[in-house]
Amino acid sequence: MHLLEVKNLHVEVDGRKILNGLELSVGKGSVHAIMGPNGSGKSTLAHVLAGKPGYVVTQGEVLLDGENLLELEPDERAARGLFLAFQYPLEIPGVATMTFLRTALNAQRKKRGEAEISTPEFLKRVREVAAKLAIDQEMLRRGVNVGFSGGEKKRNEILQMALLEPRLCVLDETDSGLDIDALKIVADGVNRLRHPDRAFVVITHYQRLLNYIVPDVVHVLSRGRIVKTGGKELALELEERGYAQYHEEAA
Amino acid sequence: MSAEIRQIRTAAETALAAHFVAARSSLPGSAAIAALRDEAFHRFERDGLPSRRVEEWKYTDLRALMREAKPLAQAGPLANRRRKDQARLLASIEARRIVFVNGALVPEFSDLAEPEPGLVVTSMARALASADPSVIARLGKTVPTGDIAVALNNAFMRDGAVIEVAPGTALTRPLHLVFFNEGSEPAAVFLRSLVRIGENARVMLVESHEGSVGNQVNAALELDVGDGAHLDHVKITAEGAGDLHLSSMLAAVGAHARFNAFLFTTGATVVRNQLFVRFQGEGTIAAIRGASLLKGHQHADTTLIADHAVGGCTARELFKAVVDGEAQSIFQGKIIVQPRAQKTDSKMATHALLLSDGAETVNKPELEIFADDVQCGHGATSGNLDADLLFYLRARGIPEKDAQALLIQAFVGEAVEGIEHAGLRDCLMDEVVAWVKARN
Repeated sequence: MHLLEVKNLHVEVDGRKILNGLELSVGKGSVHAIMGPNGSGKSTLAHVLAGKPGYVVTQGEVLLDGENLLELEPDERAARGLFLAFQYPLEIPGVATMTFLRTALNAQRKKRGEAEISTPEFLKRVREVAAKLAIDQEMLRRGVNVGFSGGEKKRNEILQMALLEPRLCVLDETDSGLDIDALKIVADGVNRLRHPDRAFVVITHYQRLLNYIVPDVVHVLSRGRIVKTGGKELALELEERGYAQYHEEAA
Repeated sequence: MSAEIRQIRTAAETALAAHFVAARSSLPGSAAIAALRDEAFHRFERDGLPSRRVEEWKYTDLRALMREAKPLAQAGPLANRRRKDQARLLASIEARRIVFVNGALVPEFSDLAEPEPGLVVTSMARALASADPSVIARLGKTVPTGDIAVALNNAFMRDGAVIEVAPGTALTRPLHLVFFNEGSEPAAVFLRSLVRIGENARVMLVESHEGSVGNQVNAALELDVGDGAHLDHVKITAEGAGDLHLSSMLAAVGAHARFNAFLFTTGATVVRNQLFVRFQGEGTIAAIRGASLLKGHQHADTTLIADHAVGGCTARELFKAVVDGEAQSIFQGKIIVQPRAQKTDSKMATHALLLSDGAETVNKPELEIFADDVQCGHGATSGNLDADLLFYLRARGIPEKDAQALLIQAFVGEAVEGIEHAGLRDCLMDEVVAWVKARN
């Protein structure tokens, strides 16, 4: 069984059809890249998987390890092991980063019937992960993402991902707004989390990120459905020739 | 006599008048104080309780909200001898506590012994009874106002704290005035305090109003802050349901002072917190903040008049309201900049978080600027919890109620974090957490 199964998914936003019979199967241990032009439905797919309100699923299903995700609240999906790294991580003034991390971690553990993490264990884990992502302690004392640069916000997303240890990581345009150094730190952070039991769906417009997070499978999304699937060389081909040909195929 | 149009007296107005006539001879004070009481009472007789037709009281129609006048609280043996530490709020804070029960100082509950050098604390009832010339000379003169709640306080005032802090004195412990209500019969409690902070003195003054009897509380605090003094004032309004709480702070602030005031309101059913602040010396830095957490049918009104009589002062006002159920939060803030108050820098912000369809907020900022070289502004927002932030938290595994709680705490925290005393800040945030938990 695949870790993630998306079957014939149709989604509307404000009465407008965005996803149009999308099919996607992601096995454990694999990295799938989803590429596509602006407006093809990439971010919609990410949001629907995570359960963001405002998206209406008119047909199809989404299964995580055989369980229907669409019936679950966003926090229940997270506790089952789904993680969405946001394209635009939000600033939450007044909520200290450490409080946020700990609340999230313990909420997930509680839902899974596990004990709360001890304070020393929590601090140790945060320190370890933060150091690898070049996030200093001063940043962790601030409100969530408050005053962070674009790159710092993305690193903070990866920090959360590493702490929460999800089974399925969905990265929504994680490369957007990153310079090459920040991109490398983020990609290294992701690569360290690659594991036979964990899968990644990497959504991106550009091939550049995939030089650092090398995918097993590349899908081309156009007008709300997957129109081509191939190996990592497909990304290079897209970089060279653009998305224009897929517009025609999908039409 | 002019032919003025008077509304028919309400039951509460009739009762207040009767209470005054009955109590007049037994209220403490010399002839000068009796004259002050009479003058105030005549003003009340002329104007009555303010209705929505009175501009300043438009959103808190006291005529409608105060259906009856409770009998005056009687000083005397307590029905139920409580220990002072049964006052729940701020029990963990190390402070000098002065405890009033049903409007009267209870010396055996209060830390009156061994005051720090430079600190004198006495009871207002005693000061009035003994015709203390220093008190009588200043009473009602700190910031003169024609406000009717203050007039009623002038007429009926009985007890409160008289605090004198000598110039240059820095009190290490906060002064905590505990106003506790108890008993089975609701009563009218009139509290009057007079506080003078000498030049370059430093004081933290905390007031908490607690207890659940259904009392009608009218508290007035006259506050004289000397040049170079540093005052932190925190007032907590946390009486139980059914209470009506009118409060007036009348503060005159000198030059190069620090004036920090914070209003924290979670209790009573009808609350009107009035702040009349007059900046009368240059170079003062002021922060006037507050947070109200309201639910059910609570109605809380914060009315601020910041009067810049002289220039060069910086004032920041920040008020936050969290409104649930059918509650109403009112904020009226007026900044007055007088003609010679050049270089005034005054900014006022009010933010309301509405948690239910029935919740209501009113924001009425006013600027009256008569000087031409000033920076003044105001901003007001009201809205629901941010849906995108909620989703972000939930996407990390935090259940909806907990995500809401985090955001509510963060919203209020922005105002509370301005309080310098860390212990007090933590106590207030604990109250916020408890409020949110009770909501869930």
